[in-house]
Amino acid sequence: MQALYAQLLVGLINGSFYALLSLGLAVIFGMLNIVNFAHGALYMMGAFCAYFLLNIAGIGYWPALVIAPIAVGIFGMLLERTLLKWLAGLDHLYGMLLTFGIALIVQGVFQNYFGSSGLPYAIPDELKGGMNLGFMFLPVYRGWVVVFSLVVCLATWFLIERTRLGAYLRAATENPTLVRAFGINVPRMITLTYGLGVGLAALAGVLSAPINQVRPLMGADLIIVVFAVVVIGGMGSIMGSIITGFALGVIEGLTKYFYPEASNTVVFVLMVLVLLVKPTGLTGRAA
Amino acid sequence: MKIDRRMFIGAGLATGASWALGNARAQGSQTIRIGHITDMSGVYRDVEGPTSVACLRQAVEEFVAQNPDIKVEILVADHQNKADVGLGIIRRWFDESDVDVITNVGNSSVALGAKTLIESKNKVALISSAGSSDLTGKSCSRNSIHWAWDSWCLAHSTATSLVKSGGDKWFFVTADYAFGHAAQADAAKFAELAGGRVLGSVKYPYGSTGDFSSFLLQAQSSGANVIAFANSGADLINCLKQAQEFGLTAKARLAAMVGYITDVLAMGLPVAKGLTLTETFYWDLNDRTRAFQKRIAPKLEVGVFPNMSQAGDYSSVVHYLKAVKELGVSRAKSSGLEVVEMMKKMPTDDDCFGKGSIRADGRKIHPAYLFEVKKPEESSSRGDIYRLIATLPAEEAFRPINSGDCALIKN
Repeated sequence: MQALYAQLLVGLINGSFYALLSLGLAVIFGMLNIVNFAHGALYMMGAFCAYFLLNIAGIGYWPALVIAPIAVGIFGMLLERTLLKWLAGLDHLYGMLLTFGIALIVQGVFQNYFGSSGLPYAIPDELKGGMNLGFMFLPVYRGWVVVFSLVVCLATWFLIERTRLGAYLRAATENPTLVRAFGINVPRMITLTYGLGVGLAALAGVLSAPINQVRPLMGADLIIVVFAVVVIGGMGSIMGSIITGFALGVIEGLTKYFYPEASNTVVFVLMVLVLLVKPTGLTGRAA
Repeated sequence: MKIDRRMFIGAGLATGASWALGNARAQGSQTIRIGHITDMSGVYRDVEGPTSVACLRQAVEEFVAQNPDIKVEILVADHQNKADVGLGIIRRWFDESDVDVITNVGNSSVALGAKTLIESKNKVALISSAGSSDLTGKSCSRNSIHWAWDSWCLAHSTATSLVKSGGDKWFFVTADYAFGHAAQADAAKFAELAGGRVLGSVKYPYGSTGDFSSFLLQAQSSGANVIAFANSGADLINCLKQAQEFGLTAKARLAAMVGYITDVLAMGLPVAKGLTLTETFYWDLNDRTRAFQKRIAPKLEVGVFPNMSQAGDYSSVVHYLKAVKELGVSRAKSSGLEVVEMMKKMPTDDDCFGKGSIRADGRKIHPAYLFEVKKPEESSSRGDIYRLIATLPAEEAFRPINSGDCALIKN
């Protein structure tokens, strides 16, 4: 029974990464209608950014939590301005292909310069060590990841669903022409939204750097699972992707305990089941 | 996703390779051509890749400096870890580019797949980065030599020595595919033979998302005093990193079934400290290995140290070229088999592996070393990472020649 509690907690920790990443994807899809396959590569860039900040500029983990998402977010906005904006109004397939291509190029370039084994990034001193919970040894850093990502997820949800800015955004998605008529700069909002989604991916990258090796393909392995999370939660649904992210982390954790061989596939089996029963995802609305 | 990325890079490299092939064809036929086929873009890039090419170049440069009358050319290609891509390149090299010998050849699927082709064309394969001990067992070939290490050697050395030093209760964290299963089965067998017990194992799907905490918790609660990782590369690095985080090292020793200096440098000593593993080469073993490191360093990126596979590329080509010199270039080009037989007759001697020999089954033998990774405070420089715990002499380091089922031995 104790082992089960431990696995539940570990699942929750993994779920917080899924939630952060799928939230970024959901924001981008919900507001821009772009299926962002470059998300994993941008997550990886966030982790690399933290590494460079530490090893080149001597800037530690805490400032990196702010600087890396902004830096990678700016890169994302440049991508949107120079490449993605030309695809507005076209079929989803074009956006998917373009972002997939960008991911391949970015990962290839990083692989060429930094190798396949990756680079080490240590846990910040303040978050080292762990505590004995009785049923397991919980590293302090993992506890921090759960709490911090939950706060970020809820803040993002609040920003989009409960503020005036969020209302403009949602309106601009529904009817860009009408919103423009009110004097709101819709293209700039779209660029900023893409930047926000990308920043969330980079933030997840910084959070992940101390526990996963910083390596070029770290996002490529993760992104497929995260897409399944978004599909299960309902494409574009903010709260849906947060809840599904945490829930699937827990389900995956339990699978790792009861039948580890299936832990990679359980998310996709669930995805198939959900699509069969409710094609719009658990919290999605029909188009 | 990975496949498509590789196809993409592969297309680019194939274009580059065909240019190199065209150039090679244009030159005379009395040149020894070495085709170096390795992973230049995938997961094994760091443990094979550019450093293995540098080691090969070093061997060729040293030989040509002393034997300016023998011309040697090097071709390099990326097999992308796919047997079909690798075989396609090797076939083209033999048919169109007059290549005499292929080197590196890892991983095992490429090496095993190339056997028939190499024999039918009567060429030579010097395999230094593929791990399967079948290469000198069921699938041994009269045209190839397996150089630096194999799965039997590593499992035998690590498992036997750890049990002897008190690590008698084992738990395996295993990648769920052929290599992981084989590594676990071998190590478990040797651990039990030495008096140890296997308390349990967990098989995780290959290509997972990089989080191993669930599996590590299972290992922790098993009560084992040795936690063995039957995986490699990035998975191994993440396992060790997370094992430190969850405090597994307090009660158990961690052992890598296949680990290299390149992995240890990538994860850093704070993560790798205390890890036990076997390598057959380390730059700081003796004066000769240090001399080799000094010569090769200018060819490598700063802070890179060759591992046993990469050192194997140097050593195997040094010995191959000695045999070519003995036979003469035209004879060496006309029969790969004759070159291999000459290589087996001559004792080996080079700075990386010292004195050694090649057995009739194609196994190059030399000592194997059990190392423990130093703590950060014990290390005086970037490359100073291993403490030598035990040395297995050449005769004991590899599988006995009679128990491998190699057809060359029966006849």
